Amino acid sequence: MQDKLFRSCLFLSAIVIPLIGGGILLSLTADASGAFETFGFWHFICSDQWVTTAGQENYGALPFITGTLLTTLLALLLCIPFSLPVALFTGEYFRGRKIATVLGTVTDLLAGIPSIIYGLWGFYVLRGVFMHLGLSPQGSGILTASFVLSIMIVPYAASLSAEFIKMVPSDLKEAAYAIGATRAEVIRRVIFPVAGPGIFSAYILAIGRALGETMTVTMLIGNTNQLPDTLRTTGNTMASIIANQFGEADGLKLSSLIAIGLLLFLITAVINMIGKLLIQRARHV
Amino acid sequence: MKKLYLPIVTSALLLAFTACGGQKSKDTVRESVELTGAGATFPLPFYNMSFENYSATNGDRIAYGGIGSGGGIRNLKDGIVDFAGSDAFLSDKEMQEMQPVVHVPTCMGAVVLAYNLPDVAELNLSGEVIADIYAGKITDWNDARLKALNAGVTLPAQKIILAYRSDGSGTTAVFTDYLCKVSESWKNTYGSGKTVDFPVGQAAKGNPGVAGIIAQTPYSLGYIGSEYAFAQHIASANLLNRQGELVTPSPASISAAAGELPQDTRCSITDADAKGAYPISCFTWLIIYKEQHYSGRSKTQAAATVNLLKYMLSDSVQQTTSTVHYAPLPRQAVSLSLENLKSVTYDGQPL
Repeated sequence: MQDKLFRSCLFLSAIVIPLIGGGILLSLTADASGAFETFGFWHFICSDQWVTTAGQENYGALPFITGTLLTTLLALLLCIPFSLPVALFTGEYFRGRKIATVLGTVTDLLAGIPSIIYGLWGFYVLRGVFMHLGLSPQGSGILTASFVLSIMIVPYAASLSAEFIKMVPSDLKEAAYAIGATRAEVIRRVIFPVAGPGIFSAYILAIGRALGETMTVTMLIGNTNQLPDTLRTTGNTMASIIANQFGEADGLKLSSLIAIGLLLFLITAVINMIGKLLIQRARHV
Repeated sequence: MKKLYLPIVTSALLLAFTACGGQKSKDTVRESVELTGAGATFPLPFYNMSFENYSATNGDRIAYGGIGSGGGIRNLKDGIVDFAGSDAFLSDKEMQEMQPVVHVPTCMGAVVLAYNLPDVAELNLSGEVIADIYAGKITDWNDARLKALNAGVTLPAQKIILAYRSDGSGTTAVFTDYLCKVSESWKNTYGSGKTVDFPVGQAAKGNPGVAGIIAQTPYSLGYIGSEYAFAQHIASANLLNRQGELVTPSPASISAAAGELPQDTRCSITDADAKGAYPISCFTWLIIYKEQHYSGRSKTQAAATVNLLKYMLSDSVQQTTSTVHYAPLPRQAVSLSLENLKSVTYDGQPL
């Protein structure tokens, strides 16, 4: 009797989360339909217009999709030189030593810092530095936002990569050392090929994190709705345009913002799914 | 294990009972009404102060959510608030889409042009020049037209770094309304509204965002709500008004901008043709339904709502506006509003 009760309780709570997820998707789709019906699904995605003037309203998501993909990819590229050494440091070179534990913990701590704090640091410190270095005329922009994003995703990429590096079988490494390989060669020829798919999936999950980051990006990207032409210019991402304009939006504009939200939901879901699949495959190797 | 449940459940029930009981006896001692409103964030510090004072004097509790003018009106349309706050009056078209409403102005504010120019103590601007700067036609601080307005001041040979609001905002609406009045080309190209497609510059969220960019960036210029600029002592430009005077934004020059008002007080007072008027001034309104019986509201609640609005118009409250960096309403706005409030009904009966 008790067992049965327990089981049905478990079942109930297990079903709640997928139901909520489905509900979110459903209501997003329902509210976004207005925008898709007015502009057409593909036209909405491919149009770079964002005209809010009453009477000439015309909304397209291209500047924001571009902004999101640009900042995310740039953040990913910038994050590799930070996160890969950390992963090798904690997963291979100083594996199991105290210094690796300390570094690993500190990196993981970065993940726990609220994004507003990264935003403040970027706004008050990094913007000034970028202006001083002449990297950006107004300080804020895609480059600034990407740089801070890259630091934010380091812990996600680093700790998971370290796990996969640790999983490389010792006999493989020992065999390589036995035939005279140096440490660098072992890393390049043994660890990277074996742990590669796992490390790749770690970066995919980090991308998932960068895609949806809102607060930091809103504070640093400059929030202009034009299609960015260089990395130094200002832009807007899908998350930041929603955060910026949701408050006062109604009618078609609200529907367009929700449509952007739906697109972001789908992109993030797909990328996370790919990451999960890759992790599963990497674990089976 | 099962034995544990019973005492826990009983004690929880007991607690709930006593809590309810306590609440009830309190209410019978003094009947207080709870009013909810939502909307504009611009007058939020003023409302917070006034509503708190109001609660202290008569016990009614007022919850006001600063969710933006658009959100406030949406809530009023949904019938889930007693009043909405808005920096923009409803257009004729919007009025037709809902039940009749009454607009009650509560205080005045302005939009100031804040700048960060090292070694420049005072900056003068005119409407056309501001419009051309925001249109990207004037790009340098030492432009001939800026020099002409600022005789005797050495303006730096630097690019103007522009900032504007990224979020939909009444501040942007008032600012662009002004630009439309002073520049035909601005009106035809960009228009006015809570969000406008500015061709140049960078955007930041809220007054603190724009003010932050200006404080951090030399040679920048941006528009900010006066209440924020006054409170933070941010340097702001003098503006040339219709009378040809250079006016510094202040509570007095803002109040001077309210000229002759229409009966329902719905009017824009930017680019006012009055002596000593600061040209980018505005009202902020509280909006209620003319017929107060909706969403199951009681008559007491309706009366309390009207009472609150009358309180906001009273001399004692209006005198406090400048302590929180707003400007008081002119006489005419108060008398018109008191008259308009007489038309508010409950079930068709005047309150």
